[in-house]
Amino acid sequence: MAQLSDTDTDESTPVVDELRDEIVARLRADLGDAVVDVHQVPQVDLWVRVTPESWRAAGEALRAQGFDYFCFLSAMDWMPSPFGDGENDPTEEVEEDPAASEIRQGYTGGDTRFQMLARVTDTRRHVSVTLKADLPQHDDGAMSIESWIPVYAGANWHERETHEMFGISFDGHPDLRNMYLPGDFEGYPLRKDFPLLARLVKPWPGIVDVEPMPASDDDEGDDS
Amino acid sequence: MTMLSERQQMSYIAAQAADARLNVELETEGMTLNIGPQHPATHGTLRIIARLDGEQVVWAEPSAGYMHRGYEKLTEVRTFPQVTALINRIDWLGSFANEVPFILAAEQLMNIEAPPRAQHIRTILFELSRIANVSLFLGDLGVQMGAVTPVFMAFRDREYVLNLIEGATGGRFHPNFDRIGGLKDDLPKGWLDETRQVMKKLRNFCDEIEDLLFGNEIFQSRTRGIGVIPADVARQYGLSGANLRASGVDWDLRRDQSLPLAYDKVDFRVWTHPDGDSWARCWIRLQEVREATKIVDQLIETLPPGPVMTKVPRIIKVPEGEAWVSTENPLGEMGYYVVSKGDLGPFRVKIRSASFNNISITPWVLKGVYVPDIITILASLYFILGDIDR
Repeated sequence: MAQLSDTDTDESTPVVDELRDEIVARLRADLGDAVVDVHQVPQVDLWVRVTPESWRAAGEALRAQGFDYFCFLSAMDWMPSPFGDGENDPTEEVEEDPAASEIRQGYTGGDTRFQMLARVTDTRRHVSVTLKADLPQHDDGAMSIESWIPVYAGANWHERETHEMFGISFDGHPDLRNMYLPGDFEGYPLRKDFPLLARLVKPWPGIVDVEPMPASDDDEGDDS
Repeated sequence: MTMLSERQQMSYIAAQAADARLNVELETEGMTLNIGPQHPATHGTLRIIARLDGEQVVWAEPSAGYMHRGYEKLTEVRTFPQVTALINRIDWLGSFANEVPFILAAEQLMNIEAPPRAQHIRTILFELSRIANVSLFLGDLGVQMGAVTPVFMAFRDREYVLNLIEGATGGRFHPNFDRIGGLKDDLPKGWLDETRQVMKKLRNFCDEIEDLLFGNEIFQSRTRGIGVIPADVARQYGLSGANLRASGVDWDLRRDQSLPLAYDKVDFRVWTHPDGDSWARCWIRLQEVREATKIVDQLIETLPPGPVMTKVPRIIKVPEGEAWVSTENPLGEMGYYVVSKGDLGPFRVKIRSASFNNISITPWVLKGVYVPDIITILASLYFILGDIDR
């Protein structure tokens, strides 16, 4: 059973996670330079970023290590939404912040706006890995990466969904039909530059919701 | 395993018949059968298109998406506390269980933990939603095969559990009770005694269903040896929950991972079954309801005193980072990949729902089965439409 870090351990001593260290070492041995970056929260989770060319090879290497349970596959759009957070008060003046429109990738970094995201689990060692890969866009904006179906058959529907929502095509996928949207739908809904029309037409009152109720301001109200 | 050999015999006869047809040069034509989107066996609006050769399915393709609500997009324009109202509606029969992994992911990012009493109550409510969810499955199972009685028993006994959930949270179906840092409220007075009574009723219900349904000869012949999923295929497709354990994989997130929930304080058994057929999947779920009632009983006895909420700021901002938390929900592994950029709301939430993976195996498992078996296999895989489409 995988244990979270003991509360007794001194905070100054770094927590050692031999299991995850070993996984990374074996991945590096299998893939070499294709492992770009690793982020580890000892005893909790592991993120590995690989090059897009070795996306399938990374899946195969993990599978060979015993990661036989396919959890999910998806993508990330790291561009901040040009339409704002959506939860702010629309009447409020917004300060222009150049940092707010900067693309900032999460754990394990990256260079591209879009990234692949997949997670696989080893059901014997009780450990999981989140795999990431950059997705370079071609001149026409199209993106493609190798399909994972030969490695994990369950990736089929996940790739269809990712294709539909992000516009990423998967080489070797037999059937990239839309799952949810009509076949002639234009646009990719989960991209950040796809507007959520309902929010544009009638903005959410947002911050009003979390303001204290008038009654809770005085302390006389009985707190049962 | 006599049923298996009988089935093999049947397919042998079918093959002979096909040969005979060829020999007299009779042209046979396949047929496309459309099941759903509105069909009692589809639990909502899942449509299945099956290509038939006689009574046998050549290929089948489920067509989801009739109920897509775009939750992943909607979470991006909500604050963290508002998201629970949305994700409640993913698996609507076990709503509270949907809230827990998301709240845990947010807490992990904020580096806080709910007080022990809140963790305990969360686990109790989590298991109660499992009981409410799976007991309905057990009743519904009969209807799929023409036995109408069990479903009335299931609705009767699920009502007791829903009353408990309503008593504690105020909502029968959509509690929206879990908060970042704890729970909205403590349990009401007298709730624990009532829960003890209800757990006894539910164990009786399990015994009744076992006698009435699982001991039934028709039920056995409709499910034994049908829709067999081997362990490695199940893992490859990401099947989870009872579907995976019915294929002999000993994997239960309640036991196999450490989360701030009270599962490490109780003693329960994770059931597995080696067969991987429809019967095994149903049987595992029956055992899981029983285990869940035992877990609830134990947790009630050891409920620690104390507050149910830690100190959290009134306006919750979640620090930048990424977190994945999944729990063993009634339908299987339900997880959220939460990415925060330090704002009021999540930057992105990837929702990994159990039914999506559980149903994606249907083209594989329905290949070669007979038409009536489509219904029992779908029933035993057990999906909720909201959990596929999200």
